Amino acid sequence: MAVDAGFLNLNLLALSPPGWGGVLLEGFAASLQLAVGGFTLGLMIGIAGAFGKLYGGPILRDLLEVYTTVIRAVPELVLILLLYYAGTDAVNALLGLVGLPRVDISGLAAGIFVIGVVQGAYQTEVLRGAIKAVPPGQIEAARAYGMSPLKTLRRITLPAMLPYAIPGLSNLWLIATKDTALLAVVGFSELTLVTRQAAGSTKAYMLFFCAAGLMYLTLTLVSNRVIAIIEKRARRGIAGPV
Amino acid sequence: MSETKVTMPAYVPPPPRRLLEPHRIFLIAVFGVIVFCAIYFMRWDWLPKYQTRLLYGIGETLFLLFSTAAVGFLLALPIGLVQVTGPWPLAALARGFCTLIRGTPLLLQLWLLYYGLGSVFAQYPEIRQSMFWPYLRDAWPYGFTALMLSFAAYEGEVMRGAFAGVPRGELEAARAFGMNRFTMFRRIWLPRAFYRALPTLSGETVLQLKSTPLVATITVVDAYAVITRVRQDTFLVYEPLLLLALIYMCLTGILVLLFRYLESRIPSRGA
Repeated sequence: MAVDAGFLNLNLLALSPPGWGGVLLEGFAASLQLAVGGFTLGLMIGIAGAFGKLYGGPILRDLLEVYTTVIRAVPELVLILLLYYAGTDAVNALLGLVGLPRVDISGLAAGIFVIGVVQGAYQTEVLRGAIKAVPPGQIEAARAYGMSPLKTLRRITLPAMLPYAIPGLSNLWLIATKDTALLAVVGFSELTLVTRQAAGSTKAYMLFFCAAGLMYLTLTLVSNRVIAIIEKRARRGIAGPV
Repeated sequence: MSETKVTMPAYVPPPPRRLLEPHRIFLIAVFGVIVFCAIYFMRWDWLPKYQTRLLYGIGETLFLLFSTAAVGFLLALPIGLVQVTGPWPLAALARGFCTLIRGTPLLLQLWLLYYGLGSVFAQYPEIRQSMFWPYLRDAWPYGFTALMLSFAAYEGEVMRGAFAGVPRGELEAARAFGMNRFTMFRRIWLPRAFYRALPTLSGETVLQLKSTPLVATITVVDAYAVITRVRQDTFLVYEPLLLLALIYMCLTGILVLLFRYLESRIPSRGA
């Protein structure tokens, strides 16, 4: 059967041009860049958002509440489309105000921005819960030592909340790796889109989709391992599961 | 000295707040102005023309959501149960299924089923001539299958925890009453596990609602597909997408309220 030949024809996965393996790996690298960039941006938004929600003024708190509620209620696909266009338009409008010519925003930057904004909303909630779980006495002690708020954050709050935040954050990291696939819809060449292109031009649909699935699965399993190591390290000195 | 003592607690939980504080009224006013500007300055003249199609699309989205959630939940019960009590080959199979589905993006699974399986089916004349072919050529069954399997995997993991979390004493009590295994499962284990899983089920259902627009990429016509059509016809970028975001926000809100009502119906003692 032609199907069986197509499925078993592993030559199609060869790294050099007749095979599509190299293209898939490039797509995988792009996905990984997106996930790491988006997650990191989300972490920055999340830390700022969590502190704003806990210690900010009433207006800031309400605005952050609106941000997290709206982002978590609207499908990622719709948000990605909205933010993709809105983000690039906003940058060009700003450049126009300053009098600079329009630029083409790279897909990677726009993608990282989109995933970062989405991740930021979820991470705000995770980190807010984790900060609230830190015993208040530890932060009071830091104040009593005369540490400035920033130093308290760096030395006490962030390290102390880490064990409480890691389960939620690791979930969000896995979601980030899978959300990168949604950027295929706006035409960014990450793993899922290049897989579809490869499959479409060789007609070996099953082979390529299974190969891509295996790549995502490997990423998830390796991530789980690494997270377990990080969690063990962050929890040292804490007795038993909380 | 006691009057001058300054206490600075690290985190003070904010006092319970009323809905209408002065700053809230200000924020609501600002929001109202934004909404007014959106209605007044943006183009909404396409809305009447696409109204019926949009309503149909929303209906399709809701139908897809409830059918996949219902079938997926039924599939999640055995997946959760065999991981708690089943023989190890079944348990390993269920765990493998959950890892596989949860470890890969839904979009990839959807395309694998639609393009991959679809192309495999098309190669066999036996299938092409069978009575199922008109259904297999349609995109809907593939979308349904992908969403249903994804819900079953995520919810199976939740149900595993819920089944394992039912106190052993309750099951032993049921056995002491002389219930056989099936009666015990039907009367005690399943309802107790369901109550425990209900808050998570609410979150999973909202996630499922947010996954449904993916089926538009394989030509199923849901609310998202109708909006995509509007965008292609009218060349508008923001208006249709903003309306779509509003629709999904309303649907999410209704779902959350529905589950909150269900949760309030759970018989529980005290708090």
